Amino acid sequence: MNIVKVGMADLDTATDPEILRTVGLGSCVGVAIIDLNTKVAGLAHVMLPIAGKEAVENPAKFADTAIPLLVEKMRNNGAIQNRMIAKLAGGAQMFTTLNQSDLIRIGPRNVEAVKQTLARLNIPIRAEDTGGNSGRTIDFSSVDGSLTIRTVSQGVKVI
Amino acid sequence: MTDPLLRLNEFQLSVLREIGNIGAGHAATALSVLMQKEIDMQVPNVHIVSLQEIDEVIGGAEQLVMGVFLRVEGEISGSMFLMLTLESAKFLLQILMGESRQDDQFSEMDLSVFMEIGNILGGSYLSAMSDFTNKQMHASVPAVAIDMAGAILGVGLMHIGQYSDTALLVDTEFWQGNNNVDSHFFFLPDPDSVETIFKSLGVDLG
Repeated sequence: MNIVKVGMADLDTATDPEILRTVGLGSCVGVAIIDLNTKVAGLAHVMLPIAGKEAVENPAKFADTAIPLLVEKMRNNGAIQNRMIAKLAGGAQMFTTLNQSDLIRIGPRNVEAVKQTLARLNIPIRAEDTGGNSGRTIDFSSVDGSLTIRTVSQGVKVI
Repeated sequence: MTDPLLRLNEFQLSVLREIGNIGAGHAATALSVLMQKEIDMQVPNVHIVSLQEIDEVIGGAEQLVMGVFLRVEGEISGSMFLMLTLESAKFLLQILMGESRQDDQFSEMDLSVFMEIGNILGGSYLSAMSDFTNKQMHASVPAVAIDMAGAILGVGLMHIGQYSDTALLVDTEFWQGNNNVDSHFFFLPDPDSVETIFKSLGVDLG
């Protein structure tokens, strides 16, 4: 089974039977999108909600620039946008004892920015496992669109 | 424009290594006093890595670690992390508290021990660095979590990520006798603070 690894602030696409994997999501959000007809899948490891004003060197880092780029790459591989569905994981708050400054609340803000961007692109969210205080590692299957989530404290679940 | 970090030359990197060396030397001494055992450290490594590659430096983003985080504020700002494998965490607890651990369960008391270790390491590292650069800086109250190394490090990277795609890590490993206390002590200065550090030392970044 071929595994395509997606690093932090990175994104990639895969086709049946490949699996997209990203490791150690904390406050970052894994955005998994698939067109189940063509089995073209994409995964972005989003780190921050919104790109600043300056020209963005790495669009894969921000929710509002990463998701459109991912969708475009998937379309170039034959996916149809109005058939795409999304699943989300991540957006945790890793340190519960820290003050709730804006930067520390980054997890929920990332999730919110991802949802807004998906709504703008008319891509429905089918399932999500977000928030909490645990790091997550996720595998996204291009075969059936299942998203397998591993955490240290809560074991494995599939959404 | 390329990232200024990617243009650092060998001399400039050696300056960062030396600052890390002094800071970590003080931190190791402080830890020795706390543990009443000789703690040595290796000359720090200075890594300049892209965000996508950072998990290779920390030995795998999925590695389970005891992570202590301190946010550094002042004229030089950044993030500090102490990361220990759970084996090393138990080893330190055994020395400090005199009780051996069989499982990976840590109590609130255990966690506060690591917050205090983070405090002592961070405080001594920063005071050495502050003397060296003549810049004022202080650390936040430490926060602690047991989780995947990548997820914990991400908290510090998002401060960098807003402005840069490259992180500068000054990484130190500690030793106790022949035991490698399998640990990393990272300082990640914020992008604008890298320039402040060099300026304070009279090094022209060009």
